[in-house]
Amino acid sequence: MSAAIIKLEPASGSVQPHSTENPSSSAGAKPMIQIDATPARVDQVSRKPATELASAWARSVLRAALPPIMGLALFIGLWALGTMGSQRIPSPAVVWQAASVIFADPFYYNGPNDQGIGWNVLSSLRRVGIGFGIAAAIGIPLGFLLGRFAVMNSMMSPVISLLRPVSPLAWLPIGLLVFKAADPAATWTIFICSVWPMIINTAVGVQRVPQDYLNVARVLNLSEWKIATKILFPAVLPYMLTGVRLSVSTAWLVIVAAEMLTGGVGIGFWVWDEWNNLKVEHIIIAIFVIGTVGLLLEQALLWIARRFQYGNT
Amino acid sequence: MGKILQIENVGMRFATRKGPFVALRNIDLSIEEGEFVSLIGHSGCGKSTLLNLIAGLLLPTEGIMLCAGREVAGPGPERAVVFQNHSLLPWLTCFENVYLAVERVFGRKEGKEKLKNRARAALDMVQLSHAEAKYPHEISGGMKQRVGIARALAMEPRILLLDEPFGALDALTRAYLQDELLKIVARTRSTVVMVTHDVDEAVLLSDRIAMMTNGPSAMIGEILAVDLARPRNRVELAEDKRYLHYRKEVIDFLYTRHGFVDKAA
Repeated sequence: MSAAIIKLEPASGSVQPHSTENPSSSAGAKPMIQIDATPARVDQVSRKPATELASAWARSVLRAALPPIMGLALFIGLWALGTMGSQRIPSPAVVWQAASVIFADPFYYNGPNDQGIGWNVLSSLRRVGIGFGIAAAIGIPLGFLLGRFAVMNSMMSPVISLLRPVSPLAWLPIGLLVFKAADPAATWTIFICSVWPMIINTAVGVQRVPQDYLNVARVLNLSEWKIATKILFPAVLPYMLTGVRLSVSTAWLVIVAAEMLTGGVGIGFWVWDEWNNLKVEHIIIAIFVIGTVGLLLEQALLWIARRFQYGNT
Repeated sequence: MGKILQIENVGMRFATRKGPFVALRNIDLSIEEGEFVSLIGHSGCGKSTLLNLIAGLLLPTEGIMLCAGREVAGPGPERAVVFQNHSLLPWLTCFENVYLAVERVFGRKEGKEKLKNRARAALDMVQLSHAEAKYPHEISGGMKQRVGIARALAMEPRILLLDEPFGALDALTRAYLQDELLKIVARTRSTVVMVTHDVDEAVLLSDRIAMMTNGPSAMIGEILAVDLARPRNRVELAEDKRYLHYRKEVIDFLYTRHGFVDKAA
């Protein structure tokens, strides 16, 4: 069954605070996460004088924050070293300068083809929001159906297996053909690429609702409505949120490529535009912006998912 | 006092890939109201299957099963089950877990406040009022099992079905909960059917012990009536001659006459 193929991260037990997140999840993730490494020590030192407490706290913050800062510094150092004397790739200093100009006025508007970076990011996010929203509205209920009824699952599973690995850009022409406009075509591409993880994870979640809970429902003789709201939905929620998270990540990956091809306003279009203007430092800024927004989306969804994680026993 | 549960010539066959598998056959057992009956046997002998049949989670392939004179056609609130692994819903607090059961059984007849009182009373009975706002993962294994018992008791079942309720607990907690259960049963005069593989537990708690032969096609080999006065005290009974005699009877049945057969061998 297709469900077995996709990367599955159910209630992956990540109840602990996020300070030990492995660095491979996203390269820029380090600086934001390190604030909460202290709680265990507070108790031990609470009876000591305040200055000592403060210094212990400072030390633990330092210990948590130092490695990521060093990592970033190393990255920027290598970058500076590699671009020394190069004319093509701008150095960190040049990019910093360009960034301070751009971020001084992120929301200017000089006609539809020349807008601040803030507008570009927002319009990309809007597209992602719409495409992803439609995908969620269709994907999650469909996932419930596939998980509940084996017939539907075996009916849909070959179709899903066939369509899921298709590159996002292959869907774009279909969108252009059907909608005859660039903007809905981009939204369509987001939709079709981000719907699969939600369908599959929701379906797997429904199939994995522990038999114990269903037995409880039978012994208590709960109504269908109670079963759905008190047992199925909460049990499936962690799986569903994993699907949502994968979907949003995919959507954010896809939007840049889609916008490069369709034009208009958006961070992807902006990258292409700056390439045509040969402003490479702006492209590098765009890369950082895309990375940061992706990171924030991921962290926000992880935060939501953690709120719905229940103890395992 | 009448017969609350009648099991007549019940058998259970499962269809497996290798053909039919007979788990139980010729089970005859009738249980009086207010009686405490244990089902004991080696693991895999089908005692949990028998309990699931009584609960209505399974339907027998042969024979008749009557609860209060009516055929058991499925699970029902008059037969409450306490599961081995407590099976509390982790996203509900202890109170909400109990309330879910109360609401289903009494929701049509009673107002919200009365339902809440019922749930509170049940938690009070297992002495967990202080933990009613906690989630299952915030309390110990023994406490979870007590919430499971409270949930079952709150439904005011005709029969309380316990499926190795203390099997997953450490020995001290188990002893404590057995004593608690004895008190609760004495107070509520519940009819109880309990699956166990613990000889002392069976003798200490039961009025009768149904000892089951090894599966496949297990049956009730012998029924031992435990004639010890209540309330029972585990410390006094530890040296009581009759207690030791009953204990010996059960051990004799389980180990001498029907020793555990490892089916893999």
